Amino acid sequence: MPSVASKQYSDDVSLLVLLLDTNPLFWSNTSITFSQFLSHVLAFLNAVLGLNQLNQVVVIATGYSSCDYIYDSSLTSNHGNFESRGTGMPPLFASLLKKLEDFVTKDEELSREEGHEDRTPSCLLSGSLSMALCYIQRVFRSGHLHPQPRILCLQGSPDGPEQYVAVMNSIFSAQRLMVPIDSCYIGVQNSAFLQQASYITGGVHHTPKQLDGLFQYLTTIFATDLHSRGFVQLPKPIGVDFRASCFCHKKTIDMGYICSVCLSIFCEHHKKCSTCGSVFGQSKLDEASSVSDKKRKAPHT
Amino acid sequence: MSNQRKRLTGEREDEDDEDAEGIGEWERAYVDDRSWEELQEDESGLLRPIDNSAIYHAQYRRRLRMLSAAAAGTRIQKGLIRYLYIVIDFSRAAAEMDFRPSRIAVMAKHVEAFIREFFDQNPLSQIGLVSIKNGVAHTLTDLGGSPETHIKALMGKLEALGDSSLQNALELVNEHLSQVPSYGHREVLILYSALCTCDPGDIMETIQKCKKSKLRCSVIGLSAEMFICKHLCQETGGLYSVAVDEVHLKDLLLEHAPPPPAIAEFAIANLIKMGFPQRAAEGSMAICSCHKEVKIGAGYMCPRCKARVCDLPTECTICGLTLVSSPHLARSYHHLFPIAPFDEVPAFSSLNDSRRTLGKSCFGCQQSLIGTGNKPGPCVTCRKCKHYFCLDCDIYIHESLHNCPGCESIHRPKSVSLMEE
Repeated sequence: MPSVASKQYSDDVSLLVLLLDTNPLFWSNTSITFSQFLSHVLAFLNAVLGLNQLNQVVVIATGYSSCDYIYDSSLTSNHGNFESRGTGMPPLFASLLKKLEDFVTKDEELSREEGHEDRTPSCLLSGSLSMALCYIQRVFRSGHLHPQPRILCLQGSPDGPEQYVAVMNSIFSAQRLMVPIDSCYIGVQNSAFLQQASYITGGVHHTPKQLDGLFQYLTTIFATDLHSRGFVQLPKPIGVDFRASCFCHKKTIDMGYICSVCLSIFCEHHKKCSTCGSVFGQSKLDEASSVSDKKRKAPHT
Repeated sequence: MSNQRKRLTGEREDEDDEDAEGIGEWERAYVDDRSWEELQEDESGLLRPIDNSAIYHAQYRRRLRMLSAAAAGTRIQKGLIRYLYIVIDFSRAAAEMDFRPSRIAVMAKHVEAFIREFFDQNPLSQIGLVSIKNGVAHTLTDLGGSPETHIKALMGKLEALGDSSLQNALELVNEHLSQVPSYGHREVLILYSALCTCDPGDIMETIQKCKKSKLRCSVIGLSAEMFICKHLCQETGGLYSVAVDEVHLKDLLLEHAPPPPAIAEFAIANLIKMGFPQRAAEGSMAICSCHKEVKIGAGYMCPRCKARVCDLPTECTICGLTLVSSPHLARSYHHLFPIAPFDEVPAFSSLNDSRRTLGKSCFGCQQSLIGTGNKPGPCVTCRKCKHYFCLDCDIYIHESLHNCPGCESIHRPKSVSLMEE
């Protein structure tokens, strides 16, 4: 954090890293098709690039079995000889679409290799967040004058609880780098990870109600650069639930017991920690009286 | 050098500068910017500038190797709930100016940065401050979890007087720390500037007392290595280091921020009752228990006694329940599930197949890994996912992010539990 204070930002130039959810398990049953969704997103990216000549956009696809960089507006190879697809897409994004198509095919191949058991519907959010942060760290290293980076997560897949630790690590690293993580959730249930990410890093979280107006949501809420956000009314965070869930039953609890060794959370008093195996309250002085004390073993303090 | 001149001439050089050290305008340019230190000789005796990034990375790799050699593949238990006392020596030796502007100012600045970093990495731990002045140890602040209180108390009293007494400080800290719960790890970090210690009794007895009460003492010396400090650290299992300049002092201090490897008998595993408060509704009014004022809106409600607190983590002033939120616990998880260090790839290795396909650009930041002249530049690779990363991403991933992007980008089936990583 001390190192960030000395960096000089150009006033309203922004670097937007877009994490696009391409999870086929989610896109197979939604009200909006993937191609309609893409047309909203591409128009939004065009709008962001049009706001300022120096703005930069990077797109990372979050797939089911892999993540990869799809588009980087600062690379000159984008303006090569790509024929316009004839679907009304600007030729600027022809390379984006081609790479996205390649990525989705490869992702599908990789998921097929893994077999059909244990099909969790989540996408690899932690992977794409980590890649985005590495890219942003590279931008910080490039010198004093660089755009203000932020991350926008466009996701519909639900949270995968196995990614909790990795996602929280990325969130804290983003908080230290002062990079806000905005999130636009287009799925059905609520995403606790994205709500916490936006709350902790100071970004904006929003769940659009009508997906056929997605472009309007994106441009009015998520296109503003960081400097101008002070002058604009953005959706405020409402009631982020920071309660923990116990390791034994997975229900959210108000009060619980924490193992002092491995910080696992339990809802009731146990004799032994199921994660690290440490036995509680064992000390050389207590061993003699431990038998009589068992019935009266109350939580300390 | 300028101090000597002042003493010899006995008067201040006050030509056109208000500098109290009495150096001339032309000398000031060289005080901070010692540009001759940035040059190095190569094999034939010619001068060339130091390649900072390679040295930085080499230092980082050495540090990582030492840490992983100590861990030796097993998961080392770390003391996550720490009760740390910082003892700062405010004896007359602290007024020396060999650290610019003076040892006190440098110590205060770095201790402030350390306190913030400490609470960032150990949100459930507590710090207390003790100062040594005139041979007596004073408690500046009691053990607490709020960085602002400590920093305010520290900055309030920055003056150097009298002798320094190591024994008095250790006795005082021992007394305070005997009252903490048994599951916490007790630690002391002493910033020692003096070259001697004036003690009322036998310091060896005090050291044995500290050892018996399982207090881990570490010392950072600012002047020179002393036997008594070394003996203290060896007996109690702490770290002793001596700082050579300001930057080195900061590095040494920040080394103490991540939790040290725990010795199992030192702290008894215990279940600690904690509360996870909900955020109070917008617009609700209540009297907060920490400031005793009426506050509207943002705040948290203790689940046991329903008192309102302003900030987390904290201890409820009414019922004494420790209140935390789940991100606070999550901040310490990376200490429990560390990622393995990456392997170095020799810089001019032959371009084998995997290197040719995957190794063209860093997986994390897309920076090109091809060095000058189309030869492969230096890079590192992850053992598990076999992706290639550049040196800067290596440092960032291991020091700040704690996630390997390659390993996170592989789909893992639900059956793999969190703890099997």
